[in-house]
Amino acid sequence: MNNYLKDYLLYLADTSLILSQRNSEWCGHGPILEQDIAITNISLDLLGQSRNFYQYAATLIGDNATEDTLAYLRTEREFKNCLIAEQPKGDWAQTILRQFFLSAYQYLVYEKLQAYNNEQLAAIAAKALKEVTYHLRWSSEWVIRLGDGTEESRQRMLQATNELWRYTGEFFITVDYEKEMNIDVADLKIEWMKTVRAIFEEATLPIPDNTFMQTGGKKGIHTENLGFILAEMQYLQRTFPGANW
Amino acid sequence: MLNFLPMLDNNKNKILSILEAVCDPEIPVLSILDMGIVRDVKFDNALLADGGIEVSITPTYTGCPAMDMIAVNIKLALLENGFKNVRINLVLSPAWTTDWMSEDGKIKLKKYGIAAPDKKNTIPKDGVECPQCNSNNTRLISEFGSTACKALYQCVACEEPFDYFKCH
Ligand SMILES: [Zn+2]
Repeated sequence: MNNYLKDYLLYLADTSLILSQRNSEWCGHGPILEQDIAITNISLDLLGQSRNFYQYAATLIGDNATEDTLAYLRTEREFKNCLIAEQPKGDWAQTILRQFFLSAYQYLVYEKLQAYNNEQLAAIAAKALKEVTYHLRWSSEWVIRLGDGTEESRQRMLQATNELWRYTGEFFITVDYEKEMNIDVADLKIEWMKTVRAIFEEATLPIPDNTFMQTGGKKGIHTENLGFILAEMQYLQRTFPGANW
Repeated sequence: MLNFLPMLDNNKNKILSILEAVCDPEIPVLSILDMGIVRDVKFDNALLADGGIEVSITPTYTGCPAMDMIAVNIKLALLENGFKNVRINLVLSPAWTTDWMSEDGKIKLKKYGIAAPDKKNTIPKDGVECPQCNSNNTRLISEFGSTACKALYQCVACEEPFDYFKCH
């Protein structure tokens, strides 16, 4: 059980950490100051959530593992984040749409987890849910604003949808560690689609047809993008092991 | 609100006044008691001789960078006042809510220029009372302000922008 719980915690932590790292690339580059602040605040929330999951995982792993060793010293294949989190930040439309897809998903996952029969996991999820509620609201409003905005913003949202839709399939494929924990994510698809449909309708954006879905992130099979993020994020600890300041 | 384990009244008052003096580094007019960050204080009578004390705190937001600093400041404040074996325990459940902010804290917040959280509405689109001129003719500029716990508004009457402490 502990082994599966450990993997599941890493999966949740990695998804939040990698998305946080991606969003933080906007720091100082946001389209306007208020939104620069918003996306970096979301980044910080996600980082905090990943820390809670890593800290818990570290206690299960033992062997001097800490939140830092888990974030900085694992290799690409050991990361279990959803593929969508590691995709490049792209333009504002792509960042917004990725946030929306993931926040809508995290909302459902944490909502279930807050009643899970593991006190620590339930507490972290309940805490995270409050923050994700804001992320979902904020990104939903932006999807609507851009989708139903100018011809240019609409084109960019269509392009972002085309780019990102293929990574949403793995949200709903239950992998071994989820199965062992009696967590069935296939069930979440109906609710997630309901949220996406409602917002897309308001944004006058079409829902893509069933297309090819790229999967594997949850099992450690990643796109080429993750390696580049890790190279940047882990550089310092890899070059100067144990560096502290 | 605080659940003090049985302890002598004079100790309780002493601890409370020490904690009252520890402030939120990002909103220095509020003490950690005003914020509702301190959830529990255990001062074991059996450990009285060596001053063993455990303070449980809860983060406002998980990514709040002020939490580590708050933990250190509590520890220092208690050590400086003669307590030994100070332990800080971080609790996540139940999750922090702005409902735990003291009424006194909300008044201090407004004086400081930040609109206090509204119990009925997480982030109102308008109608938040301007902490400068008290007008309700205000509008939301951004759901995320200078820190994760605040949203940004502007007063239409006096034109001042101001932070609103989000209901959470
Ligand atoms: Zn005003």
